[in-house]
Amino acid sequence: MTAVVTETPEVSTMDRVRTFAARRASVLPTLAAIAILIVLLIGAQVEFGNFLTPRNLSALLLDHAYLLVLAVGMTFVIVTGGIDLSVGSVMAFTGILGAQMLASGIPVWIVVPVMLAGGAAIGTLIGVLVQYFNVQPFIASLAGLFLGRGLAYVVSLSSIRVENPPILWLQQTRFLIGEWYITPTGIIALVVVAAGAIVMAVTRFGRTVYAIGGSEQSARLMGLSVARTKVMVYVISGLCGGLAGLLLTAYSGAGYPRYGIGTELDVIACVVIGGTLLTGGRGYVLGSMVGVFVFATITTIISFMGAEQAWTHIIVGALLLLFIVVQRAIVARSDRQT
Amino acid sequence: MTDRGGAAGAHPRAAAPAAGAQMPGPMPCQDGPVSEAQALVQIAGATVRFGAFTALDGVDFRMFPGEVHSLMGENGAGKSTLIKALTGALALDEGTVVIGGSERRFGGPRDAQDAGVSTVYQEVDLLENLSVAENIFLGREPRRWGVIDHRTMRRDAAAVLSGLGLDVDPASPLGRYPLAVQQLVAIARAISTDVRVLVLDEPTSSLDLDEVAELFRVIRELKERGVAILFVSHFLDQVYEMSDRITVLRDGQLVGEYLTTELLRIDLVKKMLGRDVAEIAPREHVVEPEMPADPVLSARGLTRTPGIANADVDIAEGEVLGVAGLLGSGRTELARALTGVDRAHAGIIRIEGQPARLDSPRHAMNLGVVYSSENRRTEGLIGDLSIEDNIVLALQAQQGALHPISAPRRRELALSWIEALGIKPADPDRPVRTLSGGNQQKVMLARLLALSPRVIVLDEPTRGIDVGAKVEIQRLVGELADNGLSVVFISAELEEVLRVGDRVAILREGEVAETVAAASLNPDTLMALVAQPDLPEA
Repeated sequence: MTAVVTETPEVSTMDRVRTFAARRASVLPTLAAIAILIVLLIGAQVEFGNFLTPRNLSALLLDHAYLLVLAVGMTFVIVTGGIDLSVGSVMAFTGILGAQMLASGIPVWIVVPVMLAGGAAIGTLIGVLVQYFNVQPFIASLAGLFLGRGLAYVVSLSSIRVENPPILWLQQTRFLIGEWYITPTGIIALVVVAAGAIVMAVTRFGRTVYAIGGSEQSARLMGLSVARTKVMVYVISGLCGGLAGLLLTAYSGAGYPRYGIGTELDVIACVVIGGTLLTGGRGYVLGSMVGVFVFATITTIISFMGAEQAWTHIIVGALLLLFIVVQRAIVARSDRQT
Repeated sequence: MTDRGGAAGAHPRAAAPAAGAQMPGPMPCQDGPVSEAQALVQIAGATVRFGAFTALDGVDFRMFPGEVHSLMGENGAGKSTLIKALTGALALDEGTVVIGGSERRFGGPRDAQDAGVSTVYQEVDLLENLSVAENIFLGREPRRWGVIDHRTMRRDAAAVLSGLGLDVDPASPLGRYPLAVQQLVAIARAISTDVRVLVLDEPTSSLDLDEVAELFRVIRELKERGVAILFVSHFLDQVYEMSDRITVLRDGQLVGEYLTTELLRIDLVKKMLGRDVAEIAPREHVVEPEMPADPVLSARGLTRTPGIANADVDIAEGEVLGVAGLLGSGRTELARALTGVDRAHAGIIRIEGQPARLDSPRHAMNLGVVYSSENRRTEGLIGDLSIEDNIVLALQAQQGALHPISAPRRRELALSWIEALGIKPADPDRPVRTLSGGNQQKVMLARLLALSPRVIVLDEPTRGIDVGAKVEIQRLVGELADNGLSVVFISAELEEVLRVGDRVAILREGEVAETVAAASLNPDTLMALVAQPDLPEA
């Protein structure tokens, strides 16, 4: 999936096959997610006949651009062994804040940075609580969740329409490639995924994130900057929350303080389905993207069937359970080898 | 402290003024050749306190380039604390660390690494989820255009690994490889830096003989390169094979620094244990006791690697079997295997002649074998619960949640044990954490005794408690045995083992080397047995 698993030239073909399998052990859950995604897509095509259309697949990405951005931030946090429950309400807060500011006539080039900074600020708060006050990530980000939601209601209790042209441009512009199309929101989401994947794979910061997830104590003894990195992952997650707020506002054309209730759990589910270990140390940003697509495909299939959307959560819940069992099995196997 | 004469010229206190004299002036160039006479590491007056406890008390320590220096001492001697001070994992409360002529104040392990001090910890402290190459280079990865150059990193890692004679794939996750390989990868990490001081904390405890030989070859190479190596091991053979110089600590204080060639093995053990002996009693005085005819508990070939190998133990009814051995000889491992805490890899345990599979502590408890851990606080008592709760805890667990012990019965049980063992204060509602160490140990005992066991295994029951309480615990153990209970009594203090035990099992490197009648021993003869005097002296 990433540069970590590219082959070394000096080994022979036979060795390569063998070592490839060993090196890929941590990619297995992600491969499983890809397999499930393919099965879902083909199954849906067989069932409905008109599922695998460029239009439908484009919509799959664009309807879930905000989820994709949140999943990237969440991957950083979960790989360190933490959790961030605040992202749904951070997204709602920055969204409604942006909508309100735009409605009061504040120019867009101030509003967007403020939205991002608002998300990052809540992330910083959580990170500092976790690192310097030794608060459990679950509790610290739960506080962030309440804070974000509360602030959203403080800004406005009802929905605020956005009529600002640059914001609407993000969603309404369609770049066509044949029958495929993409909006600026989709491009932003994909750029965030690419940036996240690169940072995780080939920067010292990214490798430190993995090191902390492997063993925080070891990482510290190795002289890595554990404290700074741990705060940073929450800042990144908060920043992604702010950006998701912008994307959702553009997508829905409004800010609404009740957006994103329970979204943090969808995001965590996507990340876990994508192959990231909840205990930290293993996972890929690209895997999380696959997880989001699995989630999005299930949602779309259910709306194709005209069934109740509650089924989405039942199926996602079952998948989540399956993936956690698969991961436990893989971890147990690799533990036995040592 | 009277026997410094053995290495008079080599004692650090003798060298201290010279080091002090060169400190005030401008520092000499660090990169120039360091003469053999100049210490690379000079620690003076190192003191570390944890609350009221002084872990390190004014210790001087030095290392020369190109030497292997062993740091010796029993549990709690201050070895780890001194190592942590040298590797930046801990700050000194008092004292100075001078490396390469300049004084260092380490804010963390990173600072020490920058000063050329690399460490391989006892527990392999690497990251199993990352690749071998990353484990070697984490924090100083080769970069190109600002991003990590994985290709170069793997190539460099392969070079370092092949230098160590290690055939592993640098790109595979470290977790794939056995502990021994991980240990060598940790060493690869340490030596891939510009290392001047290499600290090896029990590097051989998880290695087999070939791997140890390989490690020693690497150590010798590094030594030739002028690296100062701090070698900590509880294997005396290895200490004598590898080290040029030995520093002994005891109870946080410096006992002395000696040339390995001038320090007899038996003298080293004496210095570690803090006993001074005029002469070693001849072997004939040691009486081999008769094995009990029908032991309550008997173990044959008990093995759990690493830890104990092929241990045979018999315990008769109403007998106290003392267990003596040096640190790392398998004392605790034996206790844990006998009581089902750790499952033995091989061997048979019989209880009253019947083969018994002790798969869990619970299982062992039901067969009447109970264990009191050396770590009272982490593996025994629950500090916030009351004395009463702690006492009835195991009994309630044994009976199951469906058969609750009634409140009056609990109170009655607690009061009777408080009285029988003289637990103070005699208040069943008092939280256990507020009790003194000795009384906590009695609560622990009461809990186990409430199960009416046949065999009780006590691991260091008197560690960290005051002298009065110690004597009381020893007396209690005697009384219990008089009442028919079989006791396995493990202690690092040899006098105590002799005072309490009827027979003494002597552990050496995981084996029960011999079992002797306690009455035929005095602490000196026992120490001689513990220290393997029959091996050739260095």
